[in-house]
Amino acid sequence: MVIGLHHYLIVAAILFTIGVFGIFVNRKNVIIILMCVELILLAVNINFVAFSTHMADAAGNEPIAGQIFALFILTVAAAEAAVGLAILVVYFRNRGNIAVEDIDLMKG
Amino acid sequence: MLVAISFYLLAFVAIAAAFMVVAARNPVHSVMWLILTFFSAAGLFILMGAEFLALLLVMVYVGAVAVLFLFVVMMLDVDFVELKQGFLSYLPIGGLVAIILLVEMILVGATYFTGANAKTVVDRSDESNIEAFGRVLYTDYAGVFEAAGFVLLVAMIGAIVLTLRDREGVRKQNAMDQMARTREDGVELVDIEPGQGVG
Repeated sequence: MVIGLHHYLIVAAILFTIGVFGIFVNRKNVIIILMCVELILLAVNINFVAFSTHMADAAGNEPIAGQIFALFILTVAAAEAAVGLAILVVYFRNRGNIAVEDIDLMKG
Repeated sequence: MLVAISFYLLAFVAIAAAFMVVAARNPVHSVMWLILTFFSAAGLFILMGAEFLALLLVMVYVGAVAVLFLFVVMMLDVDFVELKQGFLSYLPIGGLVAIILLVEMILVGATYFTGANAKTVVDRSDESNIEAFGRVLYTDYAGVFEAAGFVLLVAMIGAIVLTLRDREGVRKQNAMDQMARTREDGVELVDIEPGQGVG
């Protein structure tokens, strides 16, 4: 039994779907939504690493580039988590709760 | 065979833990399940031969991001039971969207790479993963690497600026006042007669 590229792609697809599903069902809790975004980014990272390690032979292509993109996604995910949680803390300080449907100050 | 067993074990743990992130009642438990998900994903990365990214994932996510989430979850005094309301009412539409998404991605995406389209694993016996990583990262992607560092700097400053606040009635050190102080402000020379005392 050989574990190939599509095995990893299916795992990533399932993780991505769980992330989207989590955003749907937990739409009142911003913290869970942020965690679901992290799950989605993790699924994307798994895809990048799987392609980088399983697809070698495009001419003039550096297969490790996929892993480097995963590194950049990791960076952006960390930055996003930090800023998102900071916004959350400030919002909680001002309003006293973090219910998503109350966040309508801008009437958008 | 060992690879297959490890893969299925890690994949199952990752997916189950990811589901528990979504389904757990207590957000602290959600963070714990998230940590388990990331550990399993790091195992999958090692299985794929990306050791450096696997360790990076453990360090960045488990060491920094998950701790950050844990801090915020514990710091905010929120009624999480109330936030969990409506879970069941959103379940049908969420499940429908999730199933459609999953079927699409697996049918269109993953199955394309089975059989004839399946490629072999990249053979990098001449160079370790981290060597290859560094060779490409610091040459072809040096500029983007700097930009990534800048993103982190901006995020750091942004988080500090956002959460910094001035509170009333808190004594603070004023460095400029301290440095602007002269000898005349601070020191008084008193000529004391012997046997008289100061006062």
